[in-house]
Amino acid sequence: MGEITFFIDGLKIEANEGDTILRAALEQGIYIPHLCYHPDLKPFGGCRLCTIEIEGRGLTISCKTPVEEGVRVITENPQINKARRIAAELIIANHYSECLQCARNTDCRLQDIATYIGIEEGRLQRLKRTVRDLPIDDSNPFFYRDPNKCVLCGICVRTCEEINGVGAIDFAFRGFATKISTLKDKPITESTCESCGECVDRCPTAALARKGSERPAREVKTICPYCGAGCGIYLGVRGDRVLSARGDRQNPVNNGQLCVKGRFGYDFVNHPDRLTTPLIKRNGTFVEASWDEALDLVVAKFKEAREEYGPEALGGLSSARVTNEDNYLFQKLLRSLGTNSIDHCARL
Amino acid sequence: MPDKTVLVCQGTGCVSAGAEQIHISLEREIAELGLGGDVQVKRTGCHGFCQQGPLAVVEPEGIFCTRVKVEDTPDIAQSLLSQKKPPERLFYRDPLTGKVIPHYRDITFYSRQQRTVLKNCGYIDPEEIDDYLAVGGYEALRKTLLEMSPEQVIDTVKRSGLRGLGGGGFPTGRKWESCRRASQESRVESRESGRKTLGSGLQTPDSYVVCNADEGDPGAFQDRSVLEGDPHSVLEGMIIAGYAVGARVGYIYVRAEYPLAVKRLEIAIAQAREKGFLGKNILGNDFDFDIEIFQGAGAFVCGESTALVLSLEGKRGMPKPLPRPRTTQVGLWDKPTLLNNVKTFASIRWIITRGADWFAGRGTKKSKGTAIFSLTGKTANCGLIEVPMGISLREIVFDIGGGIPGGKAFKAVQTGGPSGGCLPAELLDTPVDFDSLTDAGAMMGSGGMVVVDEDTCMVDLARYFLDFTQKESCGQCSLCVLGTLQMLNILNSITCGRGRPEDIDLLIELGEAIKMGSICGLGQTAPNPVLTTVRYFREEYEAHIYERKCPARVCKDLISYRILPDKCKACMICLRGCPVEAITGGKKQIHMIDQDKCTRCGVCLDVCPERFSAVECIPGRLDNTLHSA
Ligand SMILES: Cc1cc2nc3c(=O)[nH]c(=O)nc-3n(C[C@H](O)[C@H](O)[C@H](O)COP(=O)(O)O)c2cc1C
Ligand code: SF4
Ligand code: SF4
Ligand code: SF4
Ligand code: SF4
Ligand code: SF4
Ligand code: SF4
Ligand code: FES
Ligand code: FES
Repeated sequence: MGEITFFIDGLKIEANEGDTILRAALEQGIYIPHLCYHPDLKPFGGCRLCTIEIEGRGLTISCKTPVEEGVRVITENPQINKARRIAAELIIANHYSECLQCARNTDCRLQDIATYIGIEEGRLQRLKRTVRDLPIDDSNPFFYRDPNKCVLCGICVRTCEEINGVGAIDFAFRGFATKISTLKDKPITESTCESCGECVDRCPTAALARKGSERPAREVKTICPYCGAGCGIYLGVRGDRVLSARGDRQNPVNNGQLCVKGRFGYDFVNHPDRLTTPLIKRNGTFVEASWDEALDLVVAKFKEAREEYGPEALGGLSSARVTNEDNYLFQKLLRSLGTNSIDHCARL
Repeated sequence: MPDKTVLVCQGTGCVSAGAEQIHISLEREIAELGLGGDVQVKRTGCHGFCQQGPLAVVEPEGIFCTRVKVEDTPDIAQSLLSQKKPPERLFYRDPLTGKVIPHYRDITFYSRQQRTVLKNCGYIDPEEIDDYLAVGGYEALRKTLLEMSPEQVIDTVKRSGLRGLGGGGFPTGRKWESCRRASQESRVESRESGRKTLGSGLQTPDSYVVCNADEGDPGAFQDRSVLEGDPHSVLEGMIIAGYAVGARVGYIYVRAEYPLAVKRLEIAIAQAREKGFLGKNILGNDFDFDIEIFQGAGAFVCGESTALVLSLEGKRGMPKPLPRPRTTQVGLWDKPTLLNNVKTFASIRWIITRGADWFAGRGTKKSKGTAIFSLTGKTANCGLIEVPMGISLREIVFDIGGGIPGGKAFKAVQTGGPSGGCLPAELLDTPVDFDSLTDAGAMMGSGGMVVVDEDTCMVDLARYFLDFTQKESCGQCSLCVLGTLQMLNILNSITCGRGRPEDIDLLIELGEAIKMGSICGLGQTAPNPVLTTVRYFREEYEAHIYERKCPARVCKDLISYRILPDKCKACMICLRGCPVEAITGGKKQIHMIDQDKCTRCGVCLDVCPERFSAVECIPGRLDNTLHSA
């Protein structure tokens, strides 16, 4: 539903009122370089790569400028290209660029920009390499923080503040020493970070990257098994191994967001200690059994207990990992057996 | 009524040179001589001529005692008893002519100034509100509240042509007007939505007045001096502003490195509250206003308006990019906020009492009133000066500044703080006003003015300023933080003799991109010192790059020391002084410097007896073969 019509490089574009020029362009499949923009977050306007010209008004940044009826946007002209090229070159000269060894290779916003600009070796060589050799924070069990690959787009800071409401990280220091830091520059595990990984998911580079860099062969759309919220999730799978998880942006329950468990807690799937069949204790040791055997045993023991001690002797513990509907059925079952003794793991 | 007053400067400059002791000692001496009834000893803020401090001024004659020491105080006291002048050794001596000048009004440093904002700095006791009242203090506030509507105040400020003295030069009246409008709209809005009254009648203010006293430029001390020397004038301006825009709360954002200014402000606020100039129903009117001090942590970038507001809110100060609403519309706690510089507020009382026409009658067509600079560097006289807008740079440097001492030649003047531009001798006749300076590639900025002579290397100077702004960048614009870093690297390599032919063009290209693509004034102006020195002193860059020479003989890697064989008396003084044993020679043997060993420390030049003057420093690198040939 387009309410506003405007033009990008002569092309007629329809957009919703309140959209920014960049959002409208990207939605129509028109690429304007950008680094600090993320569709889920309030615009920041730091990287200046998305600079455009509005005819008759001069230069502005497209990620912050709302669309207006009839305006004519120019995405490149010699003046814009000059500043944009230099800005990109400065970031690249300041970037550790062993892309082949990088977790984000082929899925990196900085690569997008480099590709769009078209790097000219001769020009880059005029600049001094300014990459730093700062220590990597690997304290978190699920992700790395590599400040050497950070482009200071602030996306992680805004994500943690606006989406997760935690505010574990912020810009710190000044000049070339500026970096994203926890309070007092402690390792991330000693901060208020909840390891939700929302920032990792949005970081345009590998400055925040999940540990384990293998890419899955395919993705499976499913529901997170951990809790009753039932977040939509895509599991990345290779063979019978789960390698990654990402939120389903189309799912109305979570709009693509996940908590620490849903995003990172899947290594139990292939864990050797994982129970895959019921176990029945025989002569003091657990022995593998079929579901029929196990359920028959439960029924038998329930009956036995009820006959001997009455229905109040029975009780049930349900789980936060099942849905509300399942929990409802569970209490129904127990009440039909005649007991009100039902509890839930969340209270334990 | 005592017939004489001795003003003892207690500004930061003089205090750091012992002025507090001088004040105590002078009071004691005068009491001991029984002069207590006739002579009053008074502490003042900065008198401006800090270079000559500690200062003591005997009024009403205006006798000017410079570089006073505690030991001088008995002589000063005696002179007051005997109705004679203090000893001549205390008087100012013109560094160029050697003439002794006893009255400060006769010293060109003062006589060519036009002190308005600074009028009472160095004249009244900043810790005594009665002193301020005695020179007409708070009369402007009285007039405002009794005779003028807010609209009339704004109209007066508009007609005066006052432009913000914090650097940007934005017309102050227009800023006040837009803040008043936004403030009234916000009031209507909050009334309509019922947000204004919280619980027990506690009201959230509709707008704020904020005084920018961050003054982060290295070497600038104008705002500090006004706060230390005449704090009430700033408070008065803020209260009038509060009345005009409809605010009831004011904040002064002052850097924590200014403890004396903070202390005097605290005293001034307390005294103003006591006298009813601050607080509820000011001067019996239906107008409440109060002021709080906020101490900033001293980041240069926090002087930028949006960063300052964030910092006041307790967040990290990072400028907000355009497009965004103006601070006058959405500022502190999202309320309309009027932000002005210390000197802007301090100018208000004069406009109200003397009228807009009086103010507009001074200065130039587009820049009214006066400008205040910290004049530093290689002029004979340095200090805090206030001059009419439109005065030429030449008058400032050669009349007020007294020219360049030591027979050296003037080379350039850098105005506008760390991101101002360097202007050469050809541009000395440029008038000092907002637009002319900007056109020349420099700027008014917040009022730093550094004069350099022939001994200054312009590449090195540009590097010095860029090093400052680079370190102060908030880091959010890649062009600002990474671009200035590249420029700094290039300047470092040029001054080390590793400059490449393409470097000059690269500096210009980077500089222009940074100016265009940065969010705030810091990045937008940081390349100025480099761009202007390239523009006006390109041959100096070229000498560094192509000839490997530093013409000003500053860059150690591009100079040499040598001993002139026909002058060397083989005294062995330099030989013994050289820390790296680079000098060979002996008794009756002409000395020679081994250029491979020499670290260009300059010791030999310093120690060679003046009557021989056998060591010289020359641009460029000598090698041993050439030297011995
Ligand atoms: C990097 C930067 C630093 C600034 N520092 C100061 C400062 O220390 N004091 C000041 O009054 N204005 C400073 N300004 C200008 C302010 O943003 C603002 O324009 C000014 O305070 C408005 O007051 P005025 O209209 O009275 O000049 C700075 C601007 C920038 C971009
Ligand atoms: S973050 Fe992107 S640009 Fe940087 S190394 Fe990785 S893939 Fe390459
Ligand atoms: S993982 Fe989540 S809580 Fe931790 S810093 Fe990132 S967004 Fe904030
Ligand atoms: S860590 Fe990633 S998201 Fe955060 S500022 Fe750096 S590049 Fe941006
Ligand atoms: S465990 Fe986390 S990710 Fe999984 S459904 Fe619950 S909230 Fe969503
Ligand atoms: S120009 Fe520099 S100081 Fe200003 S916002 Fe950008 S990075 Fe920060
Ligand atoms: S400049 Fe210093 S190192 Fe060189 S010869 Fe003189 S004293 Fe020795
Ligand atoms: S994407 Fe617009 S400024 Fe970064
Ligand atoms: S501090 Fe005394 S003259 Fe400036």
